[in-house]
Amino acid sequence: MSRIWLVILASGAGTYAMRASFLAVAHRMATVPPGLTRLLRQIPPAALAAIVLPALVRPEGHLDLLQPQLFAGAVAALVAWRTRNVGVTLLVGMGLLAGLQAI
Amino acid sequence: MPSLTEARAGAAAIAPMLLGVVPFGLVAGAAPVSQGFDGWSAVGLSTIVFAGASQLAIVDVLARGGSALVAVLAALAINLRMVLYSASLAPFLAHVPTRRRLVAAYLLNDQDYALSVSRWAGDDRTDGRLSFYMGAAVLIWAAWLASTVAGVLVGSAVPERVPLDFAVPLVFLVLLVPVLVDRPALMAAATGGVAAVIAAETGAGSLATIVGAAAGIAAGAVVDARRTEPASP
Repeated sequence: MSRIWLVILASGAGTYAMRASFLAVAHRMATVPPGLTRLLRQIPPAALAAIVLPALVRPEGHLDLLQPQLFAGAVAALVAWRTRNVGVTLLVGMGLLAGLQAI
Repeated sequence: MPSLTEARAGAAAIAPMLLGVVPFGLVAGAAPVSQGFDGWSAVGLSTIVFAGASQLAIVDVLARGGSALVAVLAALAINLRMVLYSASLAPFLAHVPTRRRLVAAYLLNDQDYALSVSRWAGDDRTDGRLSFYMGAAVLIWAAWLASTVAGVLVGSAVPERVPLDFAVPLVFLVLLVPVLVDRPALMAAATGGVAAVIAAETGAGSLATIVGAAAGIAAGAVVDARRTEPASP
């Protein structure tokens, strides 16, 4: 078996184990202690922001606040807040970025 | 009990996000081929690993002559956030039979996670939760595989003028906004974002996301604990 398939199988198994980690024992999580609930509730905002912000402020892999991604992202955040609509936000954000990059 | 209505609702809710998924899938199909791997390995990555950023990291490490172990560790570091998603979803699916949860786990992805968790928060009805999740997940999975195959066959034929890679953060932005409902959530997001940027700037590489998320969770929990009212799910 070639090397890449070994990597695919090992990464697939490891990733599945991480995906299944808590879902596999969820039947024991019907009642979660308040302290844990408090931690779990912070996961969506913390994890999503940890993905979004670096993409907006370091699009080329280094911190740069004067670039079109950040401006387009800020406007898109406003649109996302007002409309809660994925399609509209994508169109505005990508349209704005394409326009700024064309200038 | 499976609900077709909820499954359709899940698919409909995630459909606009395919605009961010499909171009990424084309790259996931084209990248291994452009680095000299065969098309089947691209399909293997998209079905067995099924996590875009880690798939690209694997191809990148191997193409630069890195060892298999380094490639696997890079992929797992990027996918570590799945443990957080799994923990976050588990209490919502406690009523679901284990076998179904293990199938749902295979399909767990960023978009479906964020969509499901924001739909289920504050809604005590457990019926149809899994159906909603699966409707969204199956559509993403099918689109991911189809776009990977298209990427293998035609390459990444996306014009450079269209900034499609920007669609990915924009989708997460739309998912982030509705979860910013209170001070702990705002604190978690602000800390998580800033900590991820600092971690990335200081060389944390693919671990930056999980470092940022951990810092954000801790900060949000501290603010949450200071509030007088008891925690509620």
